[in-house]
Amino acid sequence: MSRLDVRKTYKLYIGGAFPRSESGRAYPVTDAKGRFLAHAARASRKDVRDAVVAARKAFGGWSGRTPYNRGQILYRIAEMLEGRRAQFVAELRDAGLGKDAAGAEVDAAVDRLVWYAGWADKLAAVGGSANPVSGPFFNFSTPEPTGVVGVVAPDSPLLGLVSVVAPVIVSGNTAVVLASEPAPLPAITFAEVLATSDLPGGVVNLLTGRRAELAPWLASHGDVDALDLAGVAADAVTALEEAAADTLKRVFAPTGDDWADEPGTARMTAFLEVKTVWHSVGV
Amino acid sequence: MSTETSLSGAELRAYLHGLPGVDQVGADERAARLATRSVKADAKAAAIDLAITMVDLTTLEGADTPGKVRALCAKAAQPDPADPSVPKVAAVCVYPDRVADAVDALRGTGIGVASVATAFPSGRAPMDAKLADTRAAVAAGASEIDMVIDRGAFLSGDYAKVYEEIVATKEACGDAHLKVIFETGELVTYDNVRRASWLAMRAGADFIKTSTGKVAPAATLPVTLVMLEAVRDYRAQTGRQVGVKPAGGIRTTKDAIKYLVLVNETAGPDWLTPDWFRLGASSLLNDLLMQRRRRATGAYADPDHFTLD
Repeated sequence: MSRLDVRKTYKLYIGGAFPRSESGRAYPVTDAKGRFLAHAARASRKDVRDAVVAARKAFGGWSGRTPYNRGQILYRIAEMLEGRRAQFVAELRDAGLGKDAAGAEVDAAVDRLVWYAGWADKLAAVGGSANPVSGPFFNFSTPEPTGVVGVVAPDSPLLGLVSVVAPVIVSGNTAVVLASEPAPLPAITFAEVLATSDLPGGVVNLLTGRRAELAPWLASHGDVDALDLAGVAADAVTALEEAAADTLKRVFAPTGDDWADEPGTARMTAFLEVKTVWHSVGV
Repeated sequence: MSTETSLSGAELRAYLHGLPGVDQVGADERAARLATRSVKADAKAAAIDLAITMVDLTTLEGADTPGKVRALCAKAAQPDPADPSVPKVAAVCVYPDRVADAVDALRGTGIGVASVATAFPSGRAPMDAKLADTRAAVAAGASEIDMVIDRGAFLSGDYAKVYEEIVATKEACGDAHLKVIFETGELVTYDNVRRASWLAMRAGADFIKTSTGKVAPAATLPVTLVMLEAVRDYRAQTGRQVGVKPAGGIRTTKDAIKYLVLVNETAGPDWLTPDWFRLGASSLLNDLLMQRRRRATGAYADPDHFTLD
């Protein structure tokens, strides 16, 4: 007797749990050749709201961790991703990559996480400074996380996603991520990696659905502190920037990245705020 | 007022145990089904404003200071300083020794001052102390008294003691309205909730209230359903209307609207006013204000822009 298929239900990832969209909606996802793969949850604005609440709740704990501990957890994500290599290669091939390209992309994603993990305890040294001042004071500038960052992930389904999520959370921010619209399935599988990596629930929240429907709600949300618009089409950026301006969000506009390139520190420093402290020198 | 003063323990017991039992599965199912009602757009806007007017804004902490009570009173009178169209809440609920602060701060606003009393939240104190507690709150200017019943006596079947305590506290209240808290989380069964409701109403309660907020589970929809049925049936029998106040655990606008639907469908629209239905809450008010602002501005609001209570 042949076994029945056990198919995975692709759901959202909010606050460390995998709920369906509160709207009950889903949309069909096809592979590169147009064949049906699965239904992905189609998040609504209320899912965006719930995800922001979860991210805000997680911010205090996550930003309070030591940078060393955040680095460990990012490295742990890389380990878990490596352990699921075959699964991701298969999903990326469904999304249209060739066998070698898919393998190379998963490897690059793992390496990217390891690279960012190493930055966790070095950011303060590179982004901060001890400032000479003309007075009896120690004067330090230290980078601090901005808060809740809304991320519109690019269409590169895994490497692009990892390349925008890791720099946001490495410094202690929490994220609400809108996954790639045409290829959302690797993002949800990546959420399973996050859920098993000691990353506290709510630090990364992943939503799948129509980006054009959800991004404006994220951009105008009063409790979102910054936006990364990596996956937004050039003609839609201005409207989102305008929506974000009401609440003085930091906006990191798309720069036309090639995700295979060395990332540099721009994405990490974009979501930092530098705080300067004056401390009197004891006599 | 149809308060019967002399009822023997045996009579009470026979009466309360003669009440029909509550179908627990049915009550849960009915409450769950009503909770799925969808209230949107203009109806939701009206529900939010109605819920705000029904809030008993509460602070019942050991750490309550006069300053905190004054801040809460300011918020009660003008919940959202950025939007004068927000209605004020029904009452502010504090401990007896903070009543004077609240009365001072609320003078002229028309907002009631509710005080818990009778050794809230446990109710484990001698009768004299409970009555002194009540009289002190009334003397300080409380217009509503939230008393707790003696759950120990109730659960051990000493209904007469509970009854007499309510009667005595009602007398000590004078003109102040009396709300009777059952602490339904400690009464265990819906049958007990129904019995406590009838007991309190017959003893002269003006309001019946689910919980202190100090015990989990606090207010739940099915428990409130049972109490709403009791006040409805009591009015049908005696002509006297009694209010209902769920308290504790109601934190979101969605929760509040579920309660409003429950009131409308169970007791009826007569109860859909702050005179006959209250929501005991503190964090709920901010969620209502945030939803209100979302409707006004079209963007989700930032909780940092609302006061912490």
